[in-house]
Amino acid sequence: MIYDAVIIGAGHNGLVTGAYLARAGMKVCIVEKNDWIGGAAVSRELYPGFTYSNCSYVSSLFRPEIMRDLELPKHGLQILPYEGGAVLTRDGGYLAMFRDHDANRREFARHSPRDAEAYDRYSRDILRHCRFIRPLLMRTPPDPSSFRPRDLSELAFLGRQMFDLSETRIYEMIRFWTMSISDYLDEYFENPVIKAYLAVSAIIGTALGPMSPGSAYVLLHHYMGDVDGNVGAWGFARGGMGSISRALGASFAAAGGEIRAGKGVERILVAGGQAKGVVLEGGDEVLGHRVISNMDVKRTFLKHVDEAQLPAGFVKKVRNFKTRGSSGKLNIALDAAPRFTALPDGAPMYRGDLHFTDSIERMERAYDDWKSGRFSRDPFQDVMIPTMIDPTMTPPGKHFMSCFVQYAPPRIAGAEWTDADRDAFGQTCINQIETYAPGFKDLILHMEVRTPRELEAEVGLTEGNIFQGELTFDQLLFNRPVPGYAQYRSPIKDLWMCGSSTHPGGGVMGAPGRNAAAEVLREARLGSDMSDAYAVL
Amino acid sequence: MPSCDAIIIGGGTNGLACAARLAASGRRVTVLEAAPAMGGGASTVEFAPGYRVSGLAHLVLNLDPRVVQGMDLARHGLGYATTNLATTALSATGDHLRLDGPFGAHAPGLSEADRAAWAALRSRLLAFARVLAPFNAMAPPRIARRAGNDTLRLAKLGLGVRALGKEEFREFLRMILINVADVLEDDLTDDRLRGALAFDATLGAWLGPRSPNSLILLLNRLAGAQGALAVPQGGMGAVAGAMTRAATAAGVALRCGAKVARVLVTGDAASGVMLDTGEELHAPLVISAINPRVTFQRLVGPQHLDAGFFTRTGHIRSRGGAAKLHLALKGLPDFRGADPTTRLVIAPSVGVVENAFNAVKYAEVPDAPVMEVILPSAHGTGMAPDGCHSLSAIVQFAPHAPENPDAARAQMLEAALRQLEAHAPGLRGLILHAELLMPYDIAAKFGMEGGNWHHGELAVEQMLFLRPLPEAAQYATPLPGLWLAGAGSHPGGGISGAAGWNAADRIIKVLK
Repeated sequence: MIYDAVIIGAGHNGLVTGAYLARAGMKVCIVEKNDWIGGAAVSRELYPGFTYSNCSYVSSLFRPEIMRDLELPKHGLQILPYEGGAVLTRDGGYLAMFRDHDANRREFARHSPRDAEAYDRYSRDILRHCRFIRPLLMRTPPDPSSFRPRDLSELAFLGRQMFDLSETRIYEMIRFWTMSISDYLDEYFENPVIKAYLAVSAIIGTALGPMSPGSAYVLLHHYMGDVDGNVGAWGFARGGMGSISRALGASFAAAGGEIRAGKGVERILVAGGQAKGVVLEGGDEVLGHRVISNMDVKRTFLKHVDEAQLPAGFVKKVRNFKTRGSSGKLNIALDAAPRFTALPDGAPMYRGDLHFTDSIERMERAYDDWKSGRFSRDPFQDVMIPTMIDPTMTPPGKHFMSCFVQYAPPRIAGAEWTDADRDAFGQTCINQIETYAPGFKDLILHMEVRTPRELEAEVGLTEGNIFQGELTFDQLLFNRPVPGYAQYRSPIKDLWMCGSSTHPGGGVMGAPGRNAAAEVLREARLGSDMSDAYAVL
Repeated sequence: MPSCDAIIIGGGTNGLACAARLAASGRRVTVLEAAPAMGGGASTVEFAPGYRVSGLAHLVLNLDPRVVQGMDLARHGLGYATTNLATTALSATGDHLRLDGPFGAHAPGLSEADRAAWAALRSRLLAFARVLAPFNAMAPPRIARRAGNDTLRLAKLGLGVRALGKEEFREFLRMILINVADVLEDDLTDDRLRGALAFDATLGAWLGPRSPNSLILLLNRLAGAQGALAVPQGGMGAVAGAMTRAATAAGVALRCGAKVARVLVTGDAASGVMLDTGEELHAPLVISAINPRVTFQRLVGPQHLDAGFFTRTGHIRSRGGAAKLHLALKGLPDFRGADPTTRLVIAPSVGVVENAFNAVKYAEVPDAPVMEVILPSAHGTGMAPDGCHSLSAIVQFAPHAPENPDAARAQMLEAALRQLEAHAPGLRGLILHAELLMPYDIAAKFGMEGGNWHHGELAVEQMLFLRPLPEAAQYATPLPGLWLAGAGSHPGGGISGAAGWNAADRIIKVLK
């Protein structure tokens, strides 16, 4: 049996690509090394009765177009918007955040009346930058060095997008893309806690600090999502992040797709410069007219393709693609709800994300540790208790807590992480929480500590980079993953890429998977019977 | 009654270049300089009896050829003690790396693999810099629909980049906003070379080598003379002297010790200036070659500017991270055998440069600063008494606004001397006198906000059409009659005169 497409990896992008192709009539097989599907969007029972979203933990970036196209709600997906959150400060106070702009504004005013004024202006400006960039997410980046009609017309489209803005807006945009979030916020706000809260999205998952130029763009990357049409809003997937993967899997299966889980790919079969399928661990072959890799670009080409099959220049560029992990994760089963001293009982902030980093300086110092090959001694944590909103994940009265941690380097002082390093990292994080919620540690029933090492081993993310590649300009748009190969194709004929290493990058967004599918279908339409495929897109 | 056709505030290299160019166009120009002498950042000072050094900048790197020729600086006395200055990347163990020729054209001390890799990287960076260089000699193009000629100029530049070839064009687009550390670590293995290049990229900047957008600063440094460095005969004051004589010869009226307190506005336009003595000078053209933030915030003031624009002039970031060290030495220090007539760079690795930057983010003094050392007395006579030596070093990074300025200065001096002693054992015993200018001292002495040499950080978001602000990027300002011509404007500072020359060109073109 020769499939039309063999997809490596049942992460969300692989599933999205698979579902689109299957719906267009292709015979598709997804091979997955783990026994479960979902990659980094998973729900797993790691402690009896508790569902863990043990990698990605919130949703917003997932493109609503994809949700509609693939009928994910019908396949069981439900996104629950969450309320906001709070920064707990060292002096025992807090700054709360709410979904409602006016409520936020009032809370800001409690800390700084001037900043409350600035907040209106800030929100408007950020929204404008989001609006500009969003149409670019679902398009294949043009190759600026090419003179093919399609690239030229795409470039013209980009040019028009930009030049349709007023001159002032163009300059604002360019400034925003190149600035550090710290400098950018300084132009609006004076209160350090407010700045610290707003800077968070600029560092999540990134090997940049809030004072690094280019970090403002990363903030945008996290703001591009929407839940129920609310731009920048975030939500939980009911039943954990695995629900997204389950719904995608169901949509894929309903369209006739097959998944072979439990065996990883040993290598990609290439003959005569053309991809022919994959060889699984153990020797089984799965053949296809095309192979689409959802693995990151380094793993795909440096581990699973014979280097002799690739141009030397390409291999060098792939080697130099930056995938330094910067994040860790704690997943904790709690016997009861924790109580943070600063927050009133039952406060809505419990239903959002909680931070303890109350100044940009603390955040930046945490990054300095990463640069020196250490995990942060005073880390930034994004703490969430999804069970406050979604009680289906634990037994009644119990809770699941997810702590996303910046920064954890891919290696400790140049050496591999050891179990002792990992445990010390975990202790550092829970000690920090304990200072804001005395007694918290006694509630812990089970804890899973994940460093970049664990992320690489389990999910297959090289160096534990959650975006399959850093989000700096040299790795965005037509530069992602490497210049000349940003259109989901590779130097090997019929070997494609659909993971977050490709434009527009990571987060549980699905856009790379969808764009890759569009390119595959566009090419396949030539001389094939998939004339209506395009209508789907 | 106008006193002249144009008043230029600030007699630094840009003010003088602008003045000479305007005078050559037939205008009567007066330059007002607050300090007792012309030259701004280009000066030679006697910091201890008999010991002379360049007071701030100490090397010529990108003096604009239009200025050199247009003002005939050679005829007016500018000569060089050393051209094509070599660099020694110092090692604390004496295993130095010597880089000869412009931008390390020859580096025999590298391993064979690194020599090849460096040759490739070097020629790529020089090619990129060459493509960008024409930008420095023009007013920044505007980016907008219907920008007319500007769009054409941009397109021309784009074609220039494309002409590098497909592969290099792609690399250009990838690397233009990249951080310099990644580039160095991808291509080179020699820590000494990587450290020295990381140091050069961040010299005078407020970012570390791991900060995105840092490579472009290295390209900018190479744009002038493709990285060739020179030591003027008699220190940087020679540049100021030659420019002053050239301006005088062109008929420019120069007044030192004339501090401008306010720009006078009549109706809706600038009409002159008032000095701090109360004296008023009138002219239809007022050109500020001093810091743009100071110009708008203090000399013009909110009453004459749009509120939004005025607010944004306060956002022009101008953090300086470089300190200047001057030592009077009773003998020649021995940098473990390094040639004292080369530029001595102490930046043993990318990490050390980055760590030196870490501290200033929090207004602290780094434990191990990085530095560029010149021994002016080794390049010519008259810089120190016989047998003695003067030492001039740029030391990075220094906090621009520490909590306790005096304590920070003492701490910085100690850290710098510790670094020097580690590389030249016994140096401390030779010191007769030491002077350290912190960024805030440089600010006070030279009128550079935050001690930043460029009168506004040279960073991508403050470059080209964004420098110092979009509304004033083509040297004209929103206040009619008031123009900018200083380092705070495109293409920035560094003793080049380019901003002043560009401004004069623009004024002549617009007002013809």
